[in-house]
Amino acid sequence: MNIWLAILTAALVSYAIRVLPLTLIRKPLKSVFLRSFLYYVPYVTLAVMTFPAIVQATDKLAAGVAALLVGSLIAWKRGSMVTVAAACCGVVLLLEAVL
Amino acid sequence: MSKNEKIKAYRDGMRDGVPIGLGYFAVAFSLGIAARSAGMSALQGLVASLLCNASAGEFALFTVIGAGGTYLEVALVTLIANARYLLMSFALSQRISPEMPDYHRYLFGGLVTDEFFGINIARPGYLEPVYYYGAITVATPLWAVGTALGILMGNLLPGRVVSALGVALYGMFLAIIIPPARENRVVAACVICSFLLSGLFSVLPVLSGISAGTRTILLTLLIAGGAALLFPVREEESAE
Repeated sequence: MNIWLAILTAALVSYAIRVLPLTLIRKPLKSVFLRSFLYYVPYVTLAVMTFPAIVQATDKLAAGVAALLVGSLIAWKRGSMVTVAAACCGVVLLLEAVL
Repeated sequence: MSKNEKIKAYRDGMRDGVPIGLGYFAVAFSLGIAARSAGMSALQGLVASLLCNASAGEFALFTVIGAGGTYLEVALVTLIANARYLLMSFALSQRISPEMPDYHRYLFGGLVTDEFFGINIARPGYLEPVYYYGAITVATPLWAVGTALGILMGNLLPGRVVSALGVALYGMFLAIIIPPARENRVVAACVICSFLLSGLFSVLPVLSGISAGTRTILLTLLIAGGAALLFPVREEESAE
């Protein structure tokens, strides 16, 4: 297998998966179920991807747990995306240096 | 949209692209280390990252390359690892203004990632392509360069820094899902169910064998589908 052709294959498949729904679906959906489903999709998808990944991303488990708690609290207090992200990084950097 | 509004949206996109780019850089760097052990050059890693824009998908690609697999295997693992983008593009298709020129669908469509999807869905109203491009301008080069540097420099960056940068992405996700959960009880229940089930899936025997990408698809279908059946959304909520 040629590495460049393998990359090209992966690139074409990745592109098709993303662009087909966007180009084929051009009208608001009529179905209440589908509309509701798509309304909930982002929150569920992002939540599933966040946990447990956030506590597994760090070298020390406690640092990841702390990042999750601190990040959630700041987000609850309506901190911006940058603030929450920076706070999570800061907590991990600090705890992994101390622990 | 006036010219000034467009410039503002582009700047907002660049601002929100910063934490994404930092997280991307860290993830791409570790991805580069995997690409290096698969025998890839820095240029190949750079091109793969620019064209594929997917952490799990690229990791799968590098694994197949390293194992000397076939093109069919490459196509299949890319399909499975990236299947969640199908759902995300589907959701984004409902947020496109009828007046938006068509070519945008082909441009930003190729760059639907977890993070870009997240920040775009977090903005009220129709999707703004200029905002999307602002975030891409900052974050995507960091993704590609991160991969190439990971291949070139291996483990030069201290582990602690990589570890800290790695949580930036999840911090952003929290900033996207927590505020709406505060306003809407069903969304809050969805988030809690997602955390619980995702946690269970990662530790229970058999279920923990499912890859993170497939787990995301399964749980999204299950939880968002359940919520849609039990708590259908009224018109004005889903239109926002």
